[in-house]
Amino acid sequence: MLAAAGLAAAVLLPWVIHSQFWIGMCIAILLSTLMGTAWNILGGYGGQFSFGHAAFFGTGAYAAGILQMKYGLDAWTAYAAAAAAAAGVAAFIGYVSFRYGLRGSYFALVTLAFAEVLRILANAADFTGGGVGLYLPLHVGLSRLQFDSKAGYYYVALALAAAALLSARALERSRLGAWLAAIRENEDAARALGVDTLSCKLRAIALSGALTGLGGAFYANYYLYLDPGLAFGPGVSVQILLAPIVGGIGTVCGPLLGAAALQFAGEAARRAMGDAPGLSMIFYGVLLVAMVKFLPDGLAGLLQRARGARRAHA
Amino acid sequence: MLEARRISRRFGGLLAVADVSLDVARGEIVGLIGPNGAGKTTLFALIAGFIAPDSGTVRFEGRDVTGRPPHEICRLGLARTFQIVQPFGRLSVRENVAVGSHLRRRDRRAALEHATDVATRLGMAALLDRPAASLTVAGRKRLEIARALATDPRLLLLDEVMAGLNPTEVAEIVPVLRGVRDGGVTILLIEHVMQAVVSLAERLYVLNQGSVIAEGTPAHIAAMPAVVEAYLGRGAAERLAGPRSSPTGSPAPGRPA
Repeated sequence: MLAAAGLAAAVLLPWVIHSQFWIGMCIAILLSTLMGTAWNILGGYGGQFSFGHAAFFGTGAYAAGILQMKYGLDAWTAYAAAAAAAAGVAAFIGYVSFRYGLRGSYFALVTLAFAEVLRILANAADFTGGGVGLYLPLHVGLSRLQFDSKAGYYYVALALAAAALLSARALERSRLGAWLAAIRENEDAARALGVDTLSCKLRAIALSGALTGLGGAFYANYYLYLDPGLAFGPGVSVQILLAPIVGGIGTVCGPLLGAAALQFAGEAARRAMGDAPGLSMIFYGVLLVAMVKFLPDGLAGLLQRARGARRAHA
Repeated sequence: MLEARRISRRFGGLLAVADVSLDVARGEIVGLIGPNGAGKTTLFALIAGFIAPDSGTVRFEGRDVTGRPPHEICRLGLARTFQIVQPFGRLSVRENVAVGSHLRRRDRRAALEHATDVATRLGMAALLDRPAASLTVAGRKRLEIARALATDPRLLLLDEVMAGLNPTEVAEIVPVLRGVRDGGVTILLIEHVMQAVVSLAERLYVLNQGSVIAEGTPAHIAAMPAVVEAYLGRGAAERLAGPRSSPTGSPAPGRPA
């Protein structure tokens, strides 16, 4: 009910807001929701914290960019290929880490390392454009999923974010979701109850990778420029995991809440403090520490507690 | 149903399980007793696939399951509980049990319904929506059993499900376990609470320093000097305390069960 109302409001939004700036802001929120939800599937439900989702984002972005630029594919095929390529990279990274039982900070470090390896490779290779990067041409049209106004991109981002949120909700009510939660809470007990932990984790990381890859493909088509740092840099990984951590790990609406809060807070901070380099990173760092220390359930947890308190009051 | 043949496992210089053979027939309740550190839990881990044996074989319902991973063994119908309870702390009791139910039920609703049934059968109806982390020790032990039962096992390995319970709680759980067996589940249990073992098990294995030192009915076992020594021969204090036959302690020599 609430979700349907929210979706209807989101669909009507471009008729209400005409400012390109605010539509751009909404696009950023939706993109962050998409990738935060992707991270949440592995990190929030499955308890496997990745610090290297840039590996999947970058793979998706470069796959979509190169396939459209050099092979002339339409955007729809390129998006699908980007999702598949990112899922493949994710399954590979997942297999080599989970097969050897890496958990917790070890898993986080390995994902970070893989993303860095890909960044260096993208810097060295020819077909990625090396350190110069890729400039994508603009061909407005539905087959290219490129538009002359931001509203068009807004709808693409909205569709992708909604698909991600629906996937998360379906996962939450599925057997895989129940098994992932069991793995997060206690892996040995899960194994004793017949859960094939390796297969569950691989399915989660592949799904997470595919959705993140879609985010990368959208990024390439929207910003029309890629370089190794933008695609595979550690900053990307941090941005992806911030939204679910701020919003609420392991909840469907957490990444959306977190994405919105972060974009608005980030914008407010920019206006207050100016655009000095590094300032945003300090801001994100302080925010992350504060959230983990004071609000480990994130904004979703805060809302839930407020609702519980109101109910207790009534 | 279960045949373990000459299984051994060494950890560094310690031979934790040495050449152990053990059989459980369908429909039995078999007890596995022995002093602390005898290798009982290691033996369970070897049977359930958590540790691979260095030598020997484990057959379950005629199939060789030696060294197979735990989830496969569970899928074949052999479930275990943990001595140190391992609840999924932030999930509710119902969700905990449903993890087991899902093994043979893909549908979420069917799994939750089955979990409700199993938990109710184990007397946890009032606790279904409580987070597992909030349960008492007795509640957590029951949850361990309920979760394992939810996988529809034909053989259940119970690792000290009565340790840490008070006598009333022990008295409550004994008929529950009998009910489980009467429902068609064979049980192999490790237990220190002697009253319970003696009243439940038809047959006992005694493990000491990694080896089976005795096997037989509880009455037969209690009269064996080797068993009494394994428990009581370790120190003067215990030797003095022995004849007084404390209710929770060791098998009292000469007291028929």
